[in-house]
Amino acid sequence: MIELEGLTKRYGEKLAVNRLTFTVRPGMVTGFLGPNGAGKSTTMRMMLGLDRPTAGDVRIDGQHYDGLRDPLKYIGALLDAKGMHGGRSAFNHLLCLAQSNGIPKSRVHEVLDTVGLTAVARKKAKGFSLGMGQRLGIAGALLGDPRILMFDEPVNGLDPEGIHWIRTLMKSLAAQGRTVFVSSHLMSEMALTADHLVVIGQGRLLADTSMADFIRQNSRSYVRIRSPQPEQLLDALSGAGIIAVRAVDGALEVDGGKPEHIGELAAQHQVALHELSPQQASLEEAFMRLTAESVEYHAHSGPPGAGRPDAVTPDAVTPASRQGWGSDWKKG
Amino acid sequence: MIEAVGLTKRYGAKTAVYNLSFQVRPGAVTGFLGPNGSGKSTTMRMILGLDNPTSGQVTIGGFPYRKLPNAPRQVGALLDAKAVHGGRHARNHLLCLAQLSGIPARRVDEVLGVVGLQDVAKRRSKGFSLGMGQRLGIAAALLGDPQVLLFDEPVNGLDPEGILWVRNLMKSLAAEGRTVFVSSHLMSEMALTADHLIVIGRGQLLSDMSVKDFISANSADFARVRTPDTEPQQREKLSAALTEAGGQVLPEQDGALRVTGLPLPRISDLAHGADVRLWELSPHQASLEEAYMRMTQGAVDYRSTIDQRSGLQQEMPPGAMPPPQMPVAGQGQPGWYAPPPPQQGGQPFAMPQGQPAGPYGAPAAPAAPAAPGSTGGPNPYAQAAQPSAAAAQPAASDLTKPEDAR
Amino acid sequence: MAATQVVQSEWTKIRSVASTVWTLSLAAVVTVALGMLISLLSADEWATMSPRERLSFDPTFISFAGMSLGQLAMIVFGVLVVSNEYSTGMIRTSLAAVPQRGTFLFSKLAVATALAFVVSLATSFVAFFLGQAMLGEHSASLGDAGVLRAVLGGGLYMTLIAVFSMGVAAMLRSPMLSLGILMPFFFLISAILGNVSATKKVGQFLPDQAGSKIMQVVAPADNDTPYGPWGGLGIMVLWVAVALLGGYTLLKKRDA
Repeated sequence: MIELEGLTKRYGEKLAVNRLTFTVRPGMVTGFLGPNGAGKSTTMRMMLGLDRPTAGDVRIDGQHYDGLRDPLKYIGALLDAKGMHGGRSAFNHLLCLAQSNGIPKSRVHEVLDTVGLTAVARKKAKGFSLGMGQRLGIAGALLGDPRILMFDEPVNGLDPEGIHWIRTLMKSLAAQGRTVFVSSHLMSEMALTADHLVVIGQGRLLADTSMADFIRQNSRSYVRIRSPQPEQLLDALSGAGIIAVRAVDGALEVDGGKPEHIGELAAQHQVALHELSPQQASLEEAFMRLTAESVEYHAHSGPPGAGRPDAVTPDAVTPASRQGWGSDWKKG
Repeated sequence: MIEAVGLTKRYGAKTAVYNLSFQVRPGAVTGFLGPNGSGKSTTMRMILGLDNPTSGQVTIGGFPYRKLPNAPRQVGALLDAKAVHGGRHARNHLLCLAQLSGIPARRVDEVLGVVGLQDVAKRRSKGFSLGMGQRLGIAAALLGDPQVLLFDEPVNGLDPEGILWVRNLMKSLAAEGRTVFVSSHLMSEMALTADHLIVIGRGQLLSDMSVKDFISANSADFARVRTPDTEPQQREKLSAALTEAGGQVLPEQDGALRVTGLPLPRISDLAHGADVRLWELSPHQASLEEAYMRMTQGAVDYRSTIDQRSGLQQEMPPGAMPPPQMPVAGQGQPGWYAPPPPQQGGQPFAMPQGQPAGPYGAPAAPAAPAAPGSTGGPNPYAQAAQPSAAAAQPAASDLTKPEDAR
Repeated sequence: MAATQVVQSEWTKIRSVASTVWTLSLAAVVTVALGMLISLLSADEWATMSPRERLSFDPTFISFAGMSLGQLAMIVFGVLVVSNEYSTGMIRTSLAAVPQRGTFLFSKLAVATALAFVVSLATSFVAFFLGQAMLGEHSASLGDAGVLRAVLGGGLYMTLIAVFSMGVAAMLRSPMLSLGILMPFFFLISAILGNVSATKKVGQFLPDQAGSKIMQVVAPADNDTPYGPWGGLGIMVLWVAVALLGGYTLLKKRDA
């Protein structure tokens, strides 16, 4: 369990983290989301006692980080795949970490095996690809078999097999009752991994809810219905005061409806259903809606307001890159 | 249009790319997939004339890259975000690229605006984050307004807003009739972006088809069916009726049923016949990742294995519960110690794929709900506190457990 | 967290990077080889020396002449041991594993200092014996008054140079910046200040000038330094202590 209370970090005039209060609970994967510059990394560094909070408090299983005896046995972190000396072999890198926390050497071999680096254990880390460096960092996090794990952008540089592996690893760690805290920019990946979400923007807490609630609260959800008897179904629905809209492909869509409710209604009226599927927006859509105001670098296409994510539609992006220039030189 | 014919590249004894033939057509986003070391980068480099093929050839619009008249205006590429002189201003970096191919300076400001770097244009790229470097690389690719674009891992380091932007950018470039060729490791991202896929493994072509066909060809579509939660007997009844009709029925975590082998209207009729009311009946397609994993088994370089943890002295953290001596078979460590399932035997691939309740490969059912012996609900804290001697034992007994669970 | 664990870990760190081997062996080889060369040249020069020069001829000190160059490799060793943590990003991993920053820094310093001391002492003895062998009939022996003190002092001097560099690197973090300040300081500025009469008074209190006093057995003719060999070493130790204190204070205060 990680508890933050009023955690604040100020760099000069800039408030990087502003009175953050939340708890990361065991037994699930908690995703940590926010646009670039939202203060995610600063928060994670403060959790590990690397940066000192300007105000507030962060506790690991009730203790301050620097009060932990052998901290790697409590919390393992992957902060930065480059957090290692390139001239040192993978094995020695893990060995010096293990020794500092009284972890036996045999464990080093085990974690190397777990992340699939045994074959290159004696090679220097500077020859490693980004993905291999990431695996070595993950091995370091697993070293002390800790109850709490923290991963900052864990899939960076991994190939599909590696991505699949780290995702199932995180889920199984959580299923064992461990606390798993992951930051990522990949919404599609996060949607598959996290059970709970903590979202920050400009250093402030924007949301601290379950994945399902987050999507529900921040986007439109609807039910898609197909039936061989659409007219009867429409009658039944309107009889119950439910408004259905016909979609382009002939299906019916009910905004905010509950599928079980519609299913019962169809059964009552003896209408056959060929599809009855609850539809939800993606995590990405929900996230964009929530954080629209707190993004640092906007890709924009010229017209005012283009920074708003909903304005970055396929048609809005390139026209500016094509118009008003270039026709003179293109002919040459 | 990019066209490779019998493309082969050898480095000494190692063949990186072997007899690769494919076409990347305009008007679509074509994804380029493959495990690490499968030859993706080598192929990209040969397309751009950076490496010479050992045999075969690759052409862009009918010409090998080096023979293209004014190549920068026809082909734009993002290969490596760090291929920028760190001490140079972002704008000067683009300006010297522009001058090389006779592109006017105002185009530089345009592309800087397109990628959202106009405010940092005068800053040295040394101080750029990975995401900013990536944007600068994309700006360089767009500079000549080319008809053919190549992107290698374009979303690397971008934040969610940037990822969405790049995805939409690629789609709109394709919609304008350009050829867009993208490599990526992010299957979930690729599923949203690409229309067509080219998959290679160990330097050879594994697949060249549309995303939809690829998924259908490499995995099974299924239906999710939910019956009223209040009446469990309805679920049993439907389950029996569907199985009788030749469908395969698997329970899902939340109590729904996962049905393969029956079309939706048939399921509807069967439910009606059995007098079962439906609360959900939704069509699902397997994920691109699942399909990809199935296809590329055997072509992976670094494999992960299961964490054994036998060498760890399980020191009790202060405040943890005392070690209960309870190595009930299969209870303590759900799946964590279990070996890869035997079905994977012989295949040099780490993860058990598509095996529900397998040790690592069970996102749908991590708690192995059917596992006998887990009646009391495993105490999460008790596991860590188990003495190491006991830790080895459930590992051994778990050897058989995943099979039961399956 | 037992300090012995951290010391063990630091030993693994220091022995598993190539720079340790090459900086220390370079320090030893340069010190010994250059010492031998200068001893050999001095022995030849004896015949042409004035009586005054012969009077202040110090065979022990001459055999340590290579240290002026060898100490630069020692500086590189000291700087790299500490600043490698920062330049590679390892520091975050290290401090996450050992959050007690005092324990972390002083374990690292203890291991590096011990290693530097062993190498320096061996270098000092080897440089002395081989240097004396080159000097032939003008050589000193270990039993002569003050010679053993000078040879042991040579080992201490080189060690302290390394530790001073570690303290400076802990303050500055960047290896380039640390080397950019220390190298010219020891190779040029100190020598210039020490040789120009106007600044000599100040120069003789610099760490290397004061510290190297311990290696002298015969005082130079115009000796007017206000401290003896041990006093000089004491001044150097003060410098080292200040550097370490600065490094520790900053590490303690700073965000990693």
